[in-house]
Formats: sequence, C-alpha cells, structure tokens
Amino acid sequence: MKSELVIEAEGLSKKFGDIVAVNNINFHVDKGECFGFLGPNGAGKTTTMKMVNCVLPLTAGKLTVAGMDVTGQAREIKKMIGVAPQEDNLDPDFTVFHNLMVYARYFDIPKEEARKRADELLRFVQLEEKSKVLIDQLSAGMKRRLILARALINEPQILILDEPTTGLDPQARHLIWDKIRSLQKQGVTIVLTTHYMEEAAQLCDRTVIMDNGKIIEEGKPSELIKKHVGEEVLEVAYDEEVLKFLQNAFPDARLDVVGDRIQVFTNQPRGVFAQILSKFDFKAAMIRDANLEDVFLKLTGRRLRE
Amino acid sequence: MKKSRLSSYFKVPRLSYRVWRVWRRDQDVFMKTYKVNFIPPLVEPIFYLLGLGFGLGALVRLPGGTTYTVFIAPALISVSMMYSSFFECTYASFVRMYYQKTFDAIIATPVSLEEVIAGELLWGATKSFINSTIVLAVTLLFGLIVITPPLFLFILPLSFLVGLLFSAIAMCFTAIVPNIDSFNYPAFLFITPMFILSGTFFPITEPAVQTFANLFFPLTHTVTLTRALTTFTPSATLLLNLTWLLVTTPFFFVLSINLMKKRLIK
Repeated sequence: MKSELVIEAEGLSKKFGDIVAVNNINFHVDKGECFGFLGPNGAGKTTTMKMVNCVLPLTAGKLTVAGMDVTGQAREIKKMIGVAPQEDNLDPDFTVFHNLMVYARYFDIPKEEARKRADELLRFVQLEEKSKVLIDQLSAGMKRRLILARALINEPQILILDEPTTGLDPQARHLIWDKIRSLQKQGVTIVLTTHYMEEAAQLCDRTVIMDNGKIIEEGKPSELIKKHVGEEVLEVAYDEEVLKFLQNAFPDARLDVVGDRIQVFTNQPRGVFAQILSKFDFKAAMIRDANLEDVFLKLTGRRLRE
Repeated sequence: MKKSRLSSYFKVPRLSYRVWRVWRRDQDVFMKTYKVNFIPPLVEPIFYLLGLGFGLGALVRLPGGTTYTVFIAPALISVSMMYSSFFECTYASFVRMYYQKTFDAIIATPVSLEEVIAGELLWGATKSFINSTIVLAVTLLFGLIVITPPLFLFILPLSFLVGLLFSAIAMCFTAIVPNIDSFNYPAFLFITPMFILSGTFFPITEPAVQTFANLFFPLTHTVTLTRALTTFTPSATLLLNLTWLLVTTPFFFVLSINLMKKRLIK
C-alpha cells in the first residue's frame, strides 16, 4: 500500500525570544495513521501542534499540511483540520449545542447542516442529554468530549488532539480512546500529543519522542519498547546482595535503582527472568511487560520538568 | 523580534466577511440576556436628567438662556456611546481573550486573528449604537430634542462611528495591559477626565483646556456634533469635528489590530 504524506516538516524551528521551543525537527505523518508526539512537559509538543494548526508562525523550516504551506495557505488548511486544544476554550456564554452551532458558523456551514451535524456529534460523544446545558455545568470529561465534538464539526480530514485525556478518569479516558479509534477507522488522520505512555501505546501507529525541542526517537511503540527496554522488566525490592547477584546474572542488562526498587532491563528473550525467579526467592519480585513508559524514562531521564 | 519597525504597527489588515461571524457571536451572547442589557442605557439617563438636569439644573443659568436639561441631553447620548464601546472592548474583550480563550478557539478555524479583532471592534461600535439610541429615545420622551427638522437622526450613524473609535482606542489598551486591573489607568486617567471636561455638563471656556480637549478628547467632538444635531444648530465648524473623528478612527482601528497581533501571535 502506498502511503500518502499528509503532514511534512523539515527543519522546523520555533523560538520565543531566546528560548528555543522547537529545535530543527523533521517528521512526517501519513494519511490515515494515528501519529503521536510524546514528551515531558515543555518538550515542544504543543508548540509543534500550533504550527501545524497555522496559529503560530514558524521561525525556520518548512511545514506543509496536505501539500499546502502553513505560512501561505493557513485559511485553506484550517478548513480541513479539526483541533482539540489542551486547554478548555469552550464558550462559557453558550450551551453545549450552541457552542457547536457558533463554531460551525466560523466554518461557513449552513445552519440546517450545522444543526444536523451538531446533533450527530453530540450523540457520537454521548452528550445528547446535555445539549441545553451551559458549559460550566459540565464535568471535565464532558468538556473534553465536547471539545472533541467541536473539532469534528467541519468534518476534518486531519484531527489534532493536544493531550486529549489529561486529567480524566479511566472511564472518560477509555471513551475518548474509543472515539479516536472509530474516527481513525473512518479514515481521519490523527495527530495527538500525550505524556501518557499507555495512551500512545493504545492508539498510535507511530510515535516520536520529543525532549527539549528535539525529536530524540521515532518509531512504532512496540518497536521502540523492544529496541530500548526489551520485552520484560524484572522489579525486585532493593537489597545490596540482590543487586550484586543480578549484576552477575545479567551482565548485559541495565539495572536502575528507583526509590527502593531495582528494575532490570535486558534484551534477552521473554522467560529469562522467570527462570531466575524459580531458583531464587527475591523479596517483592515482579516480572512485567516492558512498556513505553520505560522507554520514555530511559530516553528523557527521571529529572522533573518545569 | 525586538526590532519592530513603526510601519508594522500600521499594516492594513486583510479582512473578509468572516468579521461578521465574530460580530454575530457577540451579538448572540448579547441577545441571550438582552433584558438585563437594556437596563443601564434606559435607567441611567433618567436619573441623570432627574438629578443633574432638573435638580442641579434649577440652579444653573446658561448663556443664551438654554435650559440645562436641553444642554446635557446630547452629553448623555454621547457619553453612552463612549462608555458602552470603551468598556466592551476593554473589560469584555479582555475576558474573552484572556480568561475564556475565545479568540484562541476562533483562530483555529478559517477566521483570522485580524478578523476576530475587527469583529470585536464592530461589535463595540454596535453597542454604542444600541445604547445611545436608547438614551436618545429617553431624551426624546423628555422632549429635549428638536424633532423638526429631524436632524437628530444623524446621531444614529454618528454613534456607530464614535463607537468604532472608542472601541479601537480601548482595544489598543487591551493589547498592552498586563492584567485586567490595569484598565484602571485608561478608565480613570482618560475616560473620567474626558467625561467631565468635554463640554458635557458645562461649556469649556478656558482656551487652554479647550485646545487640550479638542486635541485629545474624542468625546469633545462627539458632544459638539451631537449637540448641534439635538438642538438644530448646524455650523461649518462641525465639519472639523467630523473630520477629526474620521481621521482618528481608521488610525486606531488599524493600530489596535496590529497591537493585538503582536500580543497574541508570538
């Protein structure tokens, strides 16, 4: 299957005064895929989204969306993308339904058509019963869903989701994930940012990991995990003796001491930890699947951001 | 980025019909609570007329024997143009821009930031039109306005022009204030002195004050024009007042949009 480029960035940079928010990055997004930007706070994810979204001018580089240049054809690009921003910028002066209607007007959608779409979208995000309610009476999860519905009012071909589930409870998060998956099935190209590794692993076909304005790694979540942290992770309670033993048992492994636990990462195939565990009895030992969070912490470090 | 040339403050914005989409949004909000919104322009002039006009006015003798209520009626109309548009594009616009992030939401659509600001300015002008028309109606009911010939009808388009000017000046402040409390500076150092010293409630006779007011107070020109229309006293010098408004309005209109762009698009 030949893939079609929907977004392409070359040498993309953004400076705010002396601060370099995005530092010479390259990436591309294929049609119909779900592409994730991972990274700690302040990595430059949102800044990148805002440039794709044509609301922030570039400092340097080239950025095209659907073959159009963001600097020259902002209006055309904005017509075909939907944006769900990180912060709640729903219009508190209007009801749920009216929020969609007013937003539709910005896209020149005729009133009848807008009404039809608003009804459909409220059903899609399961807010049809809240149609006549004012925004400040919605829960955080409902607001996120409404923001998602609003981003879909112009039937976008590209959907940009900036931290779509930050601050939501598991129920609300799973609902949003379901919606994102069903949109992808309908052929919508999805670009999302997140710092929830599980979210990226669940949704994204491909991800890039950003840190300090740069893209430091790129690939499919499963490949990134295999490449950087192997298949399994062994965690045991910290003990000087145990640490020494593990260092001998796994000379090629990476051993991280995190708090009062030792984490052992190895490139060896699945099952090697189980063998060890069956012979020795470590305190509070646990074998778990390696995940994207391990990759993330390995690549970006454990230092707190901001 | 520091090196912003003067011409960048006066770049003529590229606007389309989408300006009206923004205007419609503000109008929708206004119409939701229209009953409350009509209280200030309806009630305020009544009390000004009762208190200042008939109360204080009983003690006032104006040259030419004009009744004090007739003298202040055009001032009340003019002041309502100023207040409604100035406060719409300071506090109300700031809330939409800063707290509600309404502008951010709109510019993610095909509407540009220039169009958002232009829509806000036109809405401010519309508020001036609505409010001053109500005040005009009240003064008409009090019989304070010459109705034949109905020169006073020119107040309607004038109120839009004046509203646009005050909205644009207001928007310049909105573009530069660090926080909402800072509006105290223009509100009390610009609007309040103008309210008092524009020939509103007493004729300005001191030449120095007169010159100052003519140079820096849009309200002076507004009151002069409105008074000529309500009392049917046209004169050639009114063209100067009108010219002052017609020149300053596009100046601040363009400036305010560019200042807002500098604030919001880094």
